[in-house]
Amino acid sequence: MSMLLSARGVAMHFGGVAAVDGVDFSVAEGELRGLIGPNGAGKSTFFKCLTGQLRPTAGTIFFRDRNITGMQRFAIARMGIGIKTQVPSLFDGLTVRESVMIALRRFLAEREARRRAQAILERFGLDGLAETEVGRLAHGQRQWVELAMVIAPEPALILLDEPTAGMSAEETRRTAALIRELNARHTLIVVEHDMAFIRAIAHTVTVLHQGRVLVEDEVAKVLADPRVQNVYLGRQVQPA
Amino acid sequence: MSRKLFLEIAIALFLALAAALVLPRVLALFALINATVFIAMAVLALSLGLIWGFGGILSFGQTAFFGLGGYAYAVAAINFNDSLYAVPIALLVPTLAAAGLGYFMFYGRISDVYVGAITLTVSLILFNFANSTAGEEWRIGEAPLGGFNGIPSTPQLNVPGNPDATLSPQAIFIVAVFALALCYILAKLLLAGRFGRVVVAIRENETRAELLGYDARRYKLGIFSLGGAIAGLAGILFANSVFVSPTMFSLFYSGQLIIWVMVGGRGTLLGPILGAFLVQAITTWAGTEPRLNPNAILGILLMLAVMGMPRGLLPTLRLAWGRRRGVQLA
Repeated sequence: MSMLLSARGVAMHFGGVAAVDGVDFSVAEGELRGLIGPNGAGKSTFFKCLTGQLRPTAGTIFFRDRNITGMQRFAIARMGIGIKTQVPSLFDGLTVRESVMIALRRFLAEREARRRAQAILERFGLDGLAETEVGRLAHGQRQWVELAMVIAPEPALILLDEPTAGMSAEETRRTAALIRELNARHTLIVVEHDMAFIRAIAHTVTVLHQGRVLVEDEVAKVLADPRVQNVYLGRQVQPA
Repeated sequence: MSRKLFLEIAIALFLALAAALVLPRVLALFALINATVFIAMAVLALSLGLIWGFGGILSFGQTAFFGLGGYAYAVAAINFNDSLYAVPIALLVPTLAAAGLGYFMFYGRISDVYVGAITLTVSLILFNFANSTAGEEWRIGEAPLGGFNGIPSTPQLNVPGNPDATLSPQAIFIVAVFALALCYILAKLLLAGRFGRVVVAIRENETRAELLGYDARRYKLGIFSLGGAIAGLAGILFANSVFVSPTMFSLFYSGQLIIWVMVGGRGTLLGPILGAFLVQAITTWAGTEPRLNPNAILGILLMLAVMGMPRGLLPTLRLAWGRRRGVQLA
């Protein structure tokens, strides 16, 4: 199986603090990978390194066999990496339709972008809110708008940072179904704290702890691993 | 083009036509020249309204491009003895200056606060420089820069190809009216298109726009350069109604410009134009009243506007109108 994304020894230090400390991580084309770890494990920082929001202090990142380490975030996005951030990152002053249109306009002409935007809004159940300003939406709706924007350009790799945060049980169920559906055409890495959700969507899980990979295996094995249980209970565990 | 946009453009053209036909007949010469200055300032306000209100770039030194436009026009018109060449040069100089300055600011990824500080500093450097060009050695070709006095002999626009046929104040007023209308219409069309929508998206959230693949630096540079060109056009109009002098670069104008946009309303194109007319009319009137201090009036007006209408006059009126109709306006 060919590797779509491959990170080698990626580190991100803020002064003396190592938020990410030499992570080796690979994802194959078509995979749906769970990325878990307690608060402060370095998951979001690692995502920021992958998307060019932070320039790693060490290590290399390859995407489709091309070194993307330290590239500008827009250039990485154009190569086919999309990210849904932990706190929804949206265009609050634009309407829901305009926001999705922005995601499409970069590579589509106006008429085609409008047609595709309508289809995406219907797919996400947002067509009734199409002309509403994003800043007026409830948290759960904002999560859906961001997902719609991220998925609109059809990126090869989609990074989802806590996609169900603040969602109701029904919305979480819909999100799980959507992620499985997306996996038919996209490679996904999903950061999530909800273990039931991870068990429902992912086959393989990587656990980060103190900025390093603690364990990587099938989801059932990982969740049964005493080291993983210990880090979630706050006990001291030495990363691999 | 949407129906609303078509209607707005049609109204702008109608108002410009009405002003061009009626006002030169009813206004006395002094009032007409004063009105041309107001229009020049409205064009300048539109330039800041575009880059600040839609691009999210607060330029404290928009007068740098205003002054460069005016000086470039005066110098080129004196040397070529024909405004046919002077006008494009006077548009090109501030556009290139804005592009050069913008390149270092936006590709350097400096924060908004530094953009404000740098633009202000550049305009003050130009102000001091223009003031220090009093000697005979300070001339470009035939044009003396004139130091503190500026260039009182700034030539008027002429009929293209006929340098001897200079335009009357009435004709210059009409040119100014249509220049304002043209800038407004072009800005409207730009904002309705792909480039404009992306610029607004970058204002809303630069990180998200880049994570969707847009190079925010290019778009910011584009809108900032366009703002420089429009400010340069305002400088040409001002040079034709008064004359160019270092005050065009001054803090007095750059401060007032921000007040016009704030009072009129950011995030609209009409707001800065209305703000420029309204505030200038009030301060001009206050200047004729011996017991009133125009600067104090300006300060009070700004405080009232910020406290009473933080979004500015036009957005507040729109909101009030929307509420009256029971409609929630964006």
